[in-house]
Amino acid sequence: MDTIIRLLKQNARLTSRELAAMTGLAEAAVEEKIKEYEQNGAIVGYSAIVNDDLADKDSVTAFIEVKVTPKADCGFDDIAKTIMMYDEVESLTLMSGAFDLAVTISGTNYKEIALFVAQRLSTIDGVISTSTHFFLKKYKDKGIFIEDEQRDERSFVSP
Amino acid sequence: MIDYNKVLSSKCRDLKPSGIRKFFDIASSVEGVISLGVGEPDFPTPWLIRNTAIKTLQQGKTVYTSNSGLAQLRTSVSGYIKHKINADYNPDNEIIITVGGSEAIDIGIRAVVNPGDEVLVVEPCFVCYTPIVTLAGGIPVSIETKAEDNFRLTAKALREKITGKTKLLILPFPNNPTGAVMERHDLEEISEVLKCTDIMVLSDEIYSELTYTGNRHVSITEIDGMKERTLLVNGFSKAFAMTGWRLGYLCAPAPLTEQILKIHQYAIMCSPTTSQYAAVEALNSCDSEVKKMVDEYNIRRRWLVNAFNEIGLDCFEPQGAFYVFPSIKSTGLSSQEFCEKLLYNHKVAVVPGDAFGDCGEGYIRVSYAYSLKHIMEALDRIRIFVNELKEKNFL
Repeated sequence: MDTIIRLLKQNARLTSRELAAMTGLAEAAVEEKIKEYEQNGAIVGYSAIVNDDLADKDSVTAFIEVKVTPKADCGFDDIAKTIMMYDEVESLTLMSGAFDLAVTISGTNYKEIALFVAQRLSTIDGVISTSTHFFLKKYKDKGIFIEDEQRDERSFVSP
Repeated sequence: MIDYNKVLSSKCRDLKPSGIRKFFDIASSVEGVISLGVGEPDFPTPWLIRNTAIKTLQQGKTVYTSNSGLAQLRTSVSGYIKHKINADYNPDNEIIITVGGSEAIDIGIRAVVNPGDEVLVVEPCFVCYTPIVTLAGGIPVSIETKAEDNFRLTAKALREKITGKTKLLILPFPNNPTGAVMERHDLEEISEVLKCTDIMVLSDEIYSELTYTGNRHVSITEIDGMKERTLLVNGFSKAFAMTGWRLGYLCAPAPLTEQILKIHQYAIMCSPTTSQYAAVEALNSCDSEVKKMVDEYNIRRRWLVNAFNEIGLDCFEPQGAFYVFPSIKSTGLSSQEFCEKLLYNHKVAVVPGDAFGDCGEGYIRVSYAYSLKHIMEALDRIRIFVNELKEKNFL
């Protein structure tokens, strides 16, 4: 992976100036690279990693396993594209293994999510079954510790 | 009442306390300090290495190894050195596995120094050489390196300090604390001086894996005629993030290692067995892990050099190890004053440069064996501190 992308994945708020210092490239070259990644779709957006317990206490998130019947002409794409149109859907991934689509959705309460699954998701043509798992506590997201910083076990040891 | 001062040998009692140790003791007493002080990797030991250790423990491989170390490890070390610096060391009688690079330094110095011998110590440097020389009855003679020479040892500076009594040169590159490296032509120049003498070299290359110029590390043993006069020290702590495993090695011509081994076997018996098995794995299959760490250090190094220069503390661009060594002379403070004020007023711990020799005065050692996030927060505090100093100086 390119160093600029790796660094932005860790912290998207690094400035071009900081990235230039870190990579040894000129600031203009960094900006050009980022623009190129944005234009060719390698970088599709930037978002904050949030501790929902502090940022939005009312938020409830669930992970839903969805089994579907793929369509003859377009496989899973058609159903996936229907599901992803809902605003509640935060992420949608085609999976290998025991189920087909992994959906994460957020709402303001458990009932809202249950209703979404019952009324919107399950009723989509081709969806065979769903299994809903609620997030209870998030420890780490995108490589970042949500609550406790990893403790530095190193002590002031030296000759 | 026993008078313990009389119990202690004068050599032990008169040994100067370590400057780093002294500063760390102060730092430990202040609450909420963020540190850029320690000289050990922030990465855990790669899992492959830890797992190998676990397996050998499960298999009950917990007995002494041979005095010079596991044959398998000496063979791996030999192959690794051949691959890295193209030097041939016979695993049977030219390699001793030691308890960290530290023990290799200790037994190397003790083996060659007679009372009254002069030992050239290139400064600023790691704090242990001078006391070990003193304990061996030798006379430490410091050679200063300077920012204008990129903190490299020059032939001229070397020549000026050589006398009829000079026995050994301690050559610590890549250097702690400056991050300086010696390139091939630098080594050739000093080798020319040494080859006309009987002076031996103890080359401490513990940071050899951590270089950032794109050129690989060059060892003095690669220079024609130098391997026969060199004691090569290296280890696993810095390159493989294995500080707590305490494992290093000493390589030298057989007539030396055969004698040096006596000190090691009487003092230590053999290095820790579990660590030795783990180290075989480190040498054989952790190239990519090392590269990942080096890439990460390099990002931090570049950012830090830039940040210090922006703050107005001139910073030499280090090419190895994991330290930057900015000058704080522009603040008008001594290294000790700067570090103490920074610690008490802004709660950042860095090490005063004079801990590494008198010529380190006017500098501070800043370690980048910390996450970028941590480094950036510390630098914010240093920036505020330096701005305060500037304002005061103008008033």
